[in-house]
Amino acid sequence: MPVKYHIKTQPVPSRFQPVIRSGVIAWEEGCLRCVRCVKKECVYKVYEKQALDPREMLDSLDSLCKDCFRCVQNCPNRLIEKGFNPSWKALGDEYWTPEILSNLWFQAETGRIPVSGAGYGGLFAGPGFDAMWTDMSEIVRPTRDGIHGREYISTTVHLGRKVKALRFEKGNGAVPASIPPLVELPLPAIFDLLPFAPPGRLVTRAILAASRLVKTLAVVRASEWGEDYEPYLSAVLLYLDRTGPPIDGLLGNMRMVEIPDGRDALSLQTALKARNPGLVVAIRVGLGEDSAVRAADLTLGGAEVIHFVADYHGFDGGMFVKDRMRQVHLHLVDKGIRDLVTLIGSGGVAMAEHMAKLIICGADAVALDIPLLIAMECRLCKRCTEGIQCPVELDRVNPEWGSARIRNLVAGWHNQLLEVLGAMGMREVRRLRGEMGRAMFYEDLEKEFAALGKRG
Amino acid sequence: MTPTRFRNPLSKYRIRIGDTCDNCGECVTLCPYGIFRKGARRPKAAGDHLCPGPSCEKEPFCCIKRCHARAISMLPNPSFEMLGDSRWTADLLVSSWYMAETGKLPYQGLNYKTGASGGGFDKIRFVYPRRNGSPLRPTDVSCAVDLNRSGDRRPLLRIPLPLYLGGMSFGSVSIVSMLSRVRAATALGTFCCTGEGGYPEELKPYDDHVITQVATGLFGVREETIKRVSIVEFKYAQGAKPGLGGHLLGDKVTPRVASMREVVAGSALFSPFPFHSVYSVEDHKKHVDWIKEINPRALVSVKVSTPTDVDMVAVGSYFAGAHIIQLDGSYGGTGAAPDIAKKNIAMPIEYAVPKVHKFLKEEGIRDKVTIVASGGIRTPHDMAKIIALGADAVCIGTADLVALECLRCHHCESGRGCARGIATTDDELTGLMNVEWGTQRIINLYLAWRAHLAGVLARLGMASVSELVGRTDVLVHMDYTKPEEIDGELD
Repeated sequence: MPVKYHIKTQPVPSRFQPVIRSGVIAWEEGCLRCVRCVKKECVYKVYEKQALDPREMLDSLDSLCKDCFRCVQNCPNRLIEKGFNPSWKALGDEYWTPEILSNLWFQAETGRIPVSGAGYGGLFAGPGFDAMWTDMSEIVRPTRDGIHGREYISTTVHLGRKVKALRFEKGNGAVPASIPPLVELPLPAIFDLLPFAPPGRLVTRAILAASRLVKTLAVVRASEWGEDYEPYLSAVLLYLDRTGPPIDGLLGNMRMVEIPDGRDALSLQTALKARNPGLVVAIRVGLGEDSAVRAADLTLGGAEVIHFVADYHGFDGGMFVKDRMRQVHLHLVDKGIRDLVTLIGSGGVAMAEHMAKLIICGADAVALDIPLLIAMECRLCKRCTEGIQCPVELDRVNPEWGSARIRNLVAGWHNQLLEVLGAMGMREVRRLRGEMGRAMFYEDLEKEFAALGKRG
Repeated sequence: MTPTRFRNPLSKYRIRIGDTCDNCGECVTLCPYGIFRKGARRPKAAGDHLCPGPSCEKEPFCCIKRCHARAISMLPNPSFEMLGDSRWTADLLVSSWYMAETGKLPYQGLNYKTGASGGGFDKIRFVYPRRNGSPLRPTDVSCAVDLNRSGDRRPLLRIPLPLYLGGMSFGSVSIVSMLSRVRAATALGTFCCTGEGGYPEELKPYDDHVITQVATGLFGVREETIKRVSIVEFKYAQGAKPGLGGHLLGDKVTPRVASMREVVAGSALFSPFPFHSVYSVEDHKKHVDWIKEINPRALVSVKVSTPTDVDMVAVGSYFAGAHIIQLDGSYGGTGAAPDIAKKNIAMPIEYAVPKVHKFLKEEGIRDKVTIVASGGIRTPHDMAKIIALGADAVCIGTADLVALECLRCHHCESGRGCARGIATTDDELTGLMNVEWGTQRIINLYLAWRAHLAGVLARLGMASVSELVGRTDVLVHMDYTKPEEIDGELD
């Protein structure tokens, strides 16, 4: 059995107390001083472990409480209440909800996937990624790849131009020398440019270090290149927003670069590949109405990888990223050219299931942005965009700590991807791509409900 | 009456008696809901969960108005908004607790019919016809269902209300919870499933009301346990974690749990997925035949989750010889599961049932098999809706636990288990509840459910619950219906 891709995790404590959902309100006034106080009977020993965090002047009580309400219900004078934490409710925005933030913080801290009892408690469906469900297999679908367990499921993807068939060279029958290069990644995710971040280079260094740990690539702007990024060269996917020295010198050692889309994108690609034939070039394209047509043009023109980028809420102006990727994918399928090119999708990928869902909708791989920040405790207050001090001091983050947090998060996502693939009976993530028949879409399923109220 | 085990009930409103009270005791005699109890210095508002809230103001017996000392005030309970989630709202929890306490439907202005999930059940409504000539009374209505419709020689197994209790293994819940559920099922004349953790000896007196489960881990499955019961259930998948096997985390595998399952204490148990002996309908038939051979009087139920091809799964299960097909929707379940699986894998039950119902009808076999829906059925109104969407009966798990005062903190899996003594194997926590109390709470809840269902059927003019099956014409979905199109009373 070959060595399996496995990310070793280790708990990495938060530097700041995470903002949590609820708080305990315990009044002192009116206390009867019972001999057997309900606080002493706490199953989780919350009140015994209670301590004040000297740095933030916050009570640890709230973060240990698991909402069993026994103290609330048993205090004879009803002096204990539970209440929502207003700053938790105010976290993030409509897309990056407090639930998502808490979920990602948990994974980044523990390296474990969120598990809980008592069923699902959220909304029935929602916009975007919440408007689809993934399939599972049972009884009548003998498609599960044999009886292998999840340790045999592969999450490897290859980025680059694919050839449809090998054509041997005339005369000597040799394998052609011109097979395009591929970049192999052990998981279908790269790290993307951040839409916003506190100033300084430490955040990027943490991301680069994490990228090296989990063996993927992180997109870094050439215009921001500096010596401090050089140790991470093997994990860099350089975004060529500028060229010339010293960038040109790096190209010989790179596996992959990204270039902005434009009229001369393909000729730039040719020029880069002339310099380093082993280089895989991705073209970064803003997702939008004309994406399907543009994807076909680029593919026919010889593009290897197209990286479609929506905004960090997953929108491209008119459509949600998953719906647009479906459009792009199906257009390329129609043209018979889908397998020639690799598509990377990004924007709004916030949870592990979004990665699986975007792949089902046609992406070969996804690119992560905001979750990398959240792994490092970002609260999405966006103060950095206004030049205000980051409340969790990300500008002063220790890259080693940050990379360990990101590693934990990615390990969690990798494990959850395995759960999804296992449930579907799939043995590798490459088969998931574009498998829309193994997903259920809200707009299709709701047709049943639209027909209610009618006889027959 | 089986009130809360804890000192203070969790309620929507809270009654306070202030310092000006002169202990005249008028409120104690006035209040018809029994909120107040006599006290030494002043009365105690011990039953404020029984208070109907602000709507009481127009009543002549309203304590706030009538208190001559103006000592009584009513406030929203500050902890109330912290209860529940969008599927199980605080209103649903508190109303379920009330039903479990009294056996009656709540009157306190609590929404006991729908949650706030924004779709599915929560957007579907009944449309009752406007009053007609000969209204049925709820007492004239039959809620009984036959579980065997195949026409073979095996027993019909009629249950007087269209629900039975779903599988929760010994280990995932305490023996007290398990016994309470089985005894309640016995008293109600229905069934309760063991889950896949074996068949504790304590259940023996109730054999005739037990469904024993054969699941992928085969924990505690023996020839003798299969022979004991009148329904055997194959669990191919479960809605709590579609596509994944059962999990029991190490801390809950106590020596007793371990010996029941024939495993090592303290180590986590992961049941495989899928059944590695079943990769086709033919394999599945072999399973069903095996059970039928071992126990010639048993019905066979097949529990599956809801993939895209759930209709094909149902047809296949029927042709393999199943009497009951249990469709377990993805939003339900009680056991520990990865959050990603709960929310994203497989479809909610509201979609699956009409799909299967229609397909079996087209195949001409709908009346030969019993469809049991489960997974996310929280209220008697949900039960009525899913039957109208095409199920014959429902299978319930979470609501029982809520009857036992679960408040869905979602921490059943951690450490010693449930802090409220329901889903735990810890001796001290198990001791928080006794079997008599638990049994009565569950009986009460489902008697209230039955009463509600009978009321719905009467208003629809149906004499039997079997008339409701698949009657999607009596339902509307609020997202696709304009108010002016509705001819009748919306509920």
